[in-house]
Amino acid sequence: MLKYEELQEGQELQPLVKETVTKVQLVKYAGASGDFNPLHTDDQFAQSIGMPGVIAHGMLVMGFLGEYVNSLAGVTAAVTNLRMRFGAITRPGDQITCTAVIRNLYEEDGKRFASLELNAQKATEKVVGSGKAILQFF
Amino acid sequence: MDLDTSIIGLTGPPFTFEVDKRHIRQFALAIGDYNPLYLDEEYAAQTPYGGIIAPPTFPIVIGAEGEGIKLELDPKRMLHGEQEFIYTRPIRLGDTLICQMKVTDLYEREGKSGKMQFLVVDTEIADEGGNMVVISRMNIIYRPKQQIG
Repeated sequence: MLKYEELQEGQELQPLVKETVTKVQLVKYAGASGDFNPLHTDDQFAQSIGMPGVIAHGMLVMGFLGEYVNSLAGVTAAVTNLRMRFGAITRPGDQITCTAVIRNLYEEDGKRFASLELNAQKATEKVVGSGKAILQFF
Repeated sequence: MDLDTSIIGLTGPPFTFEVDKRHIRQFALAIGDYNPLYLDEEYAAQTPYGGIIAPPTFPIVIGAEGEGIKLELDPKRMLHGEQEFIYTRPIRLGDTLICQMKVTDLYEREGKSGKMQFLVVDTEIADEGGNMVVISRMNIIYRPKQQIG
């Protein structure tokens, strides 16, 4: 859990290493999110449009960043902004690591904020998502 | 055909979304996110949130629920380029949310393979009193026609 007083600009935060993405997870995410595009659950369909097989929902990867940011925030800060740009595809068998760097610490109207630069990467070091988050401290 | 700026301001019909415990749980577990703020009522009650909240990317579920906006778009040319959530507060268990999609911007940029269009679609998610809870902002890349095989 982050404490505002202990943070420094440029500081790298403890990464989050996710469990390997599985096909079952993609089916679960399809059901939970309501995104039933067969590209994420049906290998035959995915191959018919030129993919090697099913690929993960981009929003699942953003879900990993959301998990990461809220685990950093704990109960000392709330997320006021989260954004991600989609990068390379994620496939079953890929393991995603989320990392963050503190970009900026600032106060506004007596409230304290930290802006974070986020990255989600595959083992091959290919970026699957890059983004930003803003935390407001309680 | 390319899109023109007359679509800015178009809205979809408002709809209601009720946030239930099972849905939050299902969504968090699909991500593999075991944060007790989403799963454990007793724990969550003792935090500054005062009860269970939804994971930060949960609003994407809401965007998928409505009828959307009737736009004549070629899905083959569309790419979800960026996603942003702008929160006033987290979504809480038991919330009844009033939601509406809106085209908020359309702009062009010169890309490697010609002119690209960028479409910004917001889902505005408010409480029953009309107070904004979160805006889910989708940035869609609309690729040039000649690029599609």
